[in-house]
Amino acid sequence: MKVSISWLQTYVDIQMDIDPLAQALTMAGLEVDAVYDRYAYLHSVIVGRIAAVAPHPNADKLRLCQVDTGDRQYQVVCGAPNAAKGMLAPLALPGTELVDGTLLKTGKIRGETSEGMLCSEKEIGLGDDVAGLMALDEKLTPGSPLNRALGLSDMVLEIDLTPNRPDCLSIIGIAREVAAIQGTGFNLPTIDLPEGVEDIQKYTSVTIDAPDHCPRYAARLIADIQVKPSPFWLQDRLLSVGLRPINNLVDVTNFVMMETGQPLHAFDFDRLAEHRIVVRTAAEGEKFTTLDEKERIMTADTLMICDGEKPVAIGGVMGGMNSEIAPDTTRVLIEGAYFNPISVRGTAKRLGLNTDASHRFERGVDPHNTMTAIDRAAALMVETGGGRLISGAVDVQVDPPQPAVIDLSVSATNRTLGIDLMPEQMAELLVGIGFEATRMDNDTLRVAAPSFRVDVSRPQDLMEEVARRWGYDKIPTTFTAIPAEAAVAPKPLVQRQRIRERLAGLGFSEVVNYSFIHEKSCDRLGLAESDVRRKVVNILNPLTEDQAVLRTSLIPGLLETMQRNISRQSKTLKLFEIGKTFISKGAEVLPDEHDLLAALWTGDRFISGWFDKPAACDFYDLKGGLESLMENLQVSDLRFTRLPGGHHPYIRPGMGADIRIDDQPVGTIGEIDPPVLSTYGLKQTTFVFELDLMQLIDHIPDVVYAQPLPRFPSTSRDATLIVGQELEADTILSEVRKLDQPLVEDVQLFDVFQGKPVPENAKSISFRIIYRSSEKTLEDDTINQLHKEITQSLVQKFNADLPL
Amino acid sequence: MDSTINQIYAEAVQEIDAAGTADAIQSLNTKYLGRKGVITQFLRNISNLPKEERPSAGKEANRVKQEIEAACNAALTRLAAASDEMVTGIDVSLPGRTPVRGTLHPITQVTNEICDIFSRMGFSVVEGPEVENDYYNFEALNIPKNHPARDMQDTFYISEDIVLRTHTSPSQPRVMEKQPPPVRIIAPGKVYRCDSDLTHTPMFHQVEGLLVDENVSFGDLKGTLTSFVHQMFDPQTRVRFRPSFFPFTEPSAEVDILCVICRGKGCRVCSKTGWIEILGSGMVHPAVFENVDYDTTRYTGFAFGMGVERIAMLKYRIDDIRKYFDNDIRFLKQF
Repeated sequence: MKVSISWLQTYVDIQMDIDPLAQALTMAGLEVDAVYDRYAYLHSVIVGRIAAVAPHPNADKLRLCQVDTGDRQYQVVCGAPNAAKGMLAPLALPGTELVDGTLLKTGKIRGETSEGMLCSEKEIGLGDDVAGLMALDEKLTPGSPLNRALGLSDMVLEIDLTPNRPDCLSIIGIAREVAAIQGTGFNLPTIDLPEGVEDIQKYTSVTIDAPDHCPRYAARLIADIQVKPSPFWLQDRLLSVGLRPINNLVDVTNFVMMETGQPLHAFDFDRLAEHRIVVRTAAEGEKFTTLDEKERIMTADTLMICDGEKPVAIGGVMGGMNSEIAPDTTRVLIEGAYFNPISVRGTAKRLGLNTDASHRFERGVDPHNTMTAIDRAAALMVETGGGRLISGAVDVQVDPPQPAVIDLSVSATNRTLGIDLMPEQMAELLVGIGFEATRMDNDTLRVAAPSFRVDVSRPQDLMEEVARRWGYDKIPTTFTAIPAEAAVAPKPLVQRQRIRERLAGLGFSEVVNYSFIHEKSCDRLGLAESDVRRKVVNILNPLTEDQAVLRTSLIPGLLETMQRNISRQSKTLKLFEIGKTFISKGAEVLPDEHDLLAALWTGDRFISGWFDKPAACDFYDLKGGLESLMENLQVSDLRFTRLPGGHHPYIRPGMGADIRIDDQPVGTIGEIDPPVLSTYGLKQTTFVFELDLMQLIDHIPDVVYAQPLPRFPSTSRDATLIVGQELEADTILSEVRKLDQPLVEDVQLFDVFQGKPVPENAKSISFRIIYRSSEKTLEDDTINQLHKEITQSLVQKFNADLPL
Repeated sequence: MDSTINQIYAEAVQEIDAAGTADAIQSLNTKYLGRKGVITQFLRNISNLPKEERPSAGKEANRVKQEIEAACNAALTRLAAASDEMVTGIDVSLPGRTPVRGTLHPITQVTNEICDIFSRMGFSVVEGPEVENDYYNFEALNIPKNHPARDMQDTFYISEDIVLRTHTSPSQPRVMEKQPPPVRIIAPGKVYRCDSDLTHTPMFHQVEGLLVDENVSFGDLKGTLTSFVHQMFDPQTRVRFRPSFFPFTEPSAEVDILCVICRGKGCRVCSKTGWIEILGSGMVHPAVFENVDYDTTRYTGFAFGMGVERIAMLKYRIDDIRKYFDNDIRFLKQF
């Protein structure tokens, strides 16, 4: 909301400087976003003295003026009849934006250079004379900026109003707040309503068929009025707050809306069928063309203002083409109403039509100021357009809302705010902004809200008024006692943070990707039709195609991040993300939200340097990272098993594994299938894992108990088996563990070899078994015997050979 | 056998200790370890020993060989240290072998910091769903359908009654529904609004706070949040509370801090006002309490919410909110 100080000043004597005033309004809850001088644009319009006037060689009606500005002369092509040697006139220099929006440039007019423009009053927004150049006082100094030369300055406050203060969507509302801040009074405008003739009842009537939507509708009528441009003062007021003047009747309705906050509408009375108003809801699908020349389709709960036959306006939102004020209008019906805020908002939303009127009605206008606003408008219309006011008004009211009367407990207010005010002080603060307060007993004020404060309905609303009038900064700062028994953070949150830190420690950088992905992402990953990750949650109103559905996997986000980084030459990436995925359970219920952990590794294995050659990362690097993480978290029973048939939608065939904890599948690890990579425009070999974070966290032990350290030395024996190349090495190691032999402490793989002398289609697997007894130092013979037995059993079990 | 090799060792150590010059040590090295040296000779003769003694003799000889070598090196070092002579060792300027360094996202770091500060003040952390019922996101918070306050938040809809939460505030009714007062929670998380431009991303992060108890006052709200600002930024940061409007608090307050960039002089970051808005807050609206059946005559409380991106921007001087979700590794590695 824009407020010009010169306009504001007509209602309140402003005693503060502009900056403290802006500050004070902000601290009263009316946040001032910006302060500017609306004549600042005149800075590049300077006083010029016409030094010479010569005919334009190529045009009869134009002349060439040499304009002296003190330090230099400008040549300006001018068409004004009153341009004369010696005259002082405004010279708009190139770069100036004129009131009509034209941006001036140096150019040629009919072949002659024109360095700017000599202006009329109208062209620079200082009056409505268009007949010729604006003649300036002889005493002004050529070259000085016009705003300074004429002493023109009007500061404008841009106030960002919260939705609860519709009363301040008006200059008077702001004036009331300023007066309260200053502790001064303020003046409402006096309304000089002319003597009426005849009786309005003879001419028109109002019927309200939808009182829920429209509790009050009032009207006045003026005859023999003339439609024409508004006088300069009226246009200037509208321009000062950013409204465009149209004609005197429309301008008056806008002026009164800005002044009082009550939107009004002017109908051409002679275009209203049967000369009457019917307020009703629309028929479903009813069509109506609004003032902006668009045909719109109504729903059954849209409030329509109709004449005897047809709709003529959408109540509280916008008038219609069929009844608008035209140049030949002679009789005008002024509408003032109180429309139901919810009804107006519903309609405005549905139609996508946000107007100055709907903005005010949906927040709530003063239901009891309707006639004042209509009278003000009627007086101004007669003043600017002549005509005869028809005597009386139509004012149909069906129970408009009444202002609240609230009993306020002084002690509760003090307690809630943390202050200590006397009842009288509170009463005074409230009275200062239009409330009435009566002391009922020691602790109770009976407070009547003014009718414009439609936002006030509870004691807490009054507490806010007391607090903001007293000053938030004057409320002492205090602290609540902190309970000694503070709550323990929930395990998932603690562990999630631990996982993040461990992963960072392992060299992975955390990313945060959007929760939305492209609908096609499932296709790009190659998910099967039956894959649960295809049950995406659709956003009804997405911003872009790329963000149309909620993610069901973190992998698309990681690949997109990789793609952006690779395109910026960051080719080695170790990334992880922890975030939610969403699986739809139908549009009408909340989806399942899963916390997942995913990581991606591409590029180099380590930071290479003078000591080593670069090496590309592989499956075992990422697997090792994950194993390291699990070890850090003390999760045991981690296993990797072949993907069923070696297949997974986005994993390169044969190059991935299921991640299992305690034999439960919790996720997948592997190399991204090159065709999937290519859908992201990527080529570089990439490894990822994705797993269910909550399942992982469930397996993190709450506490680990200390184990006694072994008292006797261990001994190890190595073994090498030659087995078929398909056999997974871990099968052999697991077999050793499964033997559950008490003397076997551990088994470690240390070599896998294929090639000569190992036969084709076979590989050698070497491992070391660590033997230890908790009771004694083991004898070599015992171990040798045991080792032999174990080796033999493995040879049998896996049909293996021993090396030669 | 053992005695022989141990004898050789003892003699060698004695001679090395006695040697006073590097040359002397070098010749001892040759005497024992050289191609025709004593140990080498000994090793060659092992094959003459009985078969069962050979492994242990070999092992022993090799151990002694290493120890004599070490003794020579130690003696040389000792000599060098005693003299003023320059020793050229390794090139210490060569870069070390560094493991790859991983980082936590700045949003994570700032969220943690915020949660830590409030945890110290007795708040416990809770989380809620990101896809939310209209009821929890709006209705329960005193924002009925067709309320103009819905314009304050551009909402992504999943269906007429399901939305992507536009703020972390639904955690307020969700927690209060399940738990009688006192309540002291903070709720961090992702929130969504359909708005995307230079200063808005459609997803961002908030931290919500709620404290409900007997005799909680607006002064307590000021104290708690002032203390938070002082811990998050620095104890000298000036804080300003000014009236504002949120449907679920009354009275409501916007919390501004004196611009950390220009110290209040006015700059681009604070839009020349000298102040930066960092928090919305207020006393819990009685309608919110009524929705969860809290006794409004007995309990009062305050709630607040803050944008993590904004606080991180001020803290790390990040100039563009979109950088958070672009995930350029060169950006991430800075934190």
